[in-house]
Amino acid sequence: MTQTSYVALTYWDLAFAAALILINGGLSVAFRLGIERTLFISAIRMTVQLMAIGFVLKFIFAQTSPLWTLGLALVMVLLAGREAMARQTHRYKGWWAYGLGTTTLLFVGLLAVLFGVGVLIRPDPWYAPRFVLPILGMILGNTLTGISLGLETLSTSARRERAAIEARIALGSPRFEALSTVTRQALKTGMMPIINAMAATGIVALPGMMTGQILAGVDPVEATKYQLLIMFLIGGGTALGVLLAVLGGARLLTDDRHRLRLDRLMEEK
Amino acid sequence: MSREILKVESLKAHGLEPVSFLVSHGECLAIDGPSGAGKTVLLRAIADLDPAPGQVFLEGVERNAFSGPEWRKCVRYVAAEPGWWEETPRAHFESRGGFDEILVALGLKTAQLDQSLRQLSTGERQRMALVRSVFDKPQVLLLDEPTGALDSKSSKLAEGLIKRLLKDGHSVLLVSHDPAQVARLAKRKLVIQDGKVREAAVRGARR
Repeated sequence: MTQTSYVALTYWDLAFAAALILINGGLSVAFRLGIERTLFISAIRMTVQLMAIGFVLKFIFAQTSPLWTLGLALVMVLLAGREAMARQTHRYKGWWAYGLGTTTLLFVGLLAVLFGVGVLIRPDPWYAPRFVLPILGMILGNTLTGISLGLETLSTSARRERAAIEARIALGSPRFEALSTVTRQALKTGMMPIINAMAATGIVALPGMMTGQILAGVDPVEATKYQLLIMFLIGGGTALGVLLAVLGGARLLTDDRHRLRLDRLMEEK
Repeated sequence: MSREILKVESLKAHGLEPVSFLVSHGECLAIDGPSGAGKTVLLRAIADLDPAPGQVFLEGVERNAFSGPEWRKCVRYVAAEPGWWEETPRAHFESRGGFDEILVALGLKTAQLDQSLRQLSTGERQRMALVRSVFDKPQVLLLDEPTGALDSKSSKLAEGLIKRLLKDGHSVLLVSHDPAQVARLAKRKLVIQDGKVREAAVRGARR
């Protein structure tokens, strides 16, 4: 079948394509944007990082060992957790700054991979890194966005709405009731990106994974099925992740005497 | 029934020395001191809104025997600037009724319960907040400048409400910048200055 033929790229092909970056550089020089240096460093970083991950994945795929897969999966979760923290204006003090996002991502990633790979796709062996790692990556990337938006909304609204929250607490409301307005805002904001993405997918943009499969010679209808499966996994994962992170965050912002504890947030840097 | 309703023992509010005092049934204890001295901090500590070591007893029962929400239903802090989270005042009341009388006593109209909060004046909102805080009859009220945003007529009405609560055996801790008002309501006061808290008699007390 001709449509399943895969065309491999040579390093010369890449070198030619890389020349296109010179247009950006030229633009920066011509209009004195002063971003040539950043552009150059970013392009080099991208190349090195992607090549490196390509070789790492090639190595790990060749092992097909549960331990290697688990190892890389953990590294991915830890990096995603760090990124979730880095995006917060007001971080939680202490271990939780890092722990809240990382724990949530670990839980959601584990669940989504077990469900997606173990129950739905069922490759042989089920822990085949070729399936587990890309799916985990897509889940983490999207859940991470939801979680960081949700937590950011929670902490900024709790600071802004402090008078209203404390009025409810003073009237005798338990902590989750006192925080219900800001919790709702945070949940909504955290889930918006994935809902918007679902609505736009297929019209405005062809998702990267589906495009990749089509380029690799997969039948478009089959590629669509995979993409839908991934989108549902991401949707469920994001919802669960945002819920856990926001409720966990609301718990951290209050104590067992049901007091509002904004002192547990760091000041803006 | 013990004579005192509230007993504060070595309560260490942030920035203040540990403080101990008693408040009797039906008593109004004023809290005095310059701005920033820590009057609000002390009231918030008693209401358990901020962590503060020390003990506070209500009718002889230590506050840790209560859950936080239970404690605040009995020992209620009312902020100088009230917070709102719904569109209308009515949406902030748990109960459907039983506060009409208090509304009227404060010079408010029942129809105002369903007005948007933005349409109410600052003074009307402050009185609404007072209604919200007293209608379920907490035993101890911690009032932080309850008449700060009120004109003299509304202030008198608010004072009338406070007097009625005191007569019914409720107790009030009052932060007020109006010495005449303090003299009308309280005999004793706590004076906070430079982190120290001392007790004093209210000059010209009329109660």
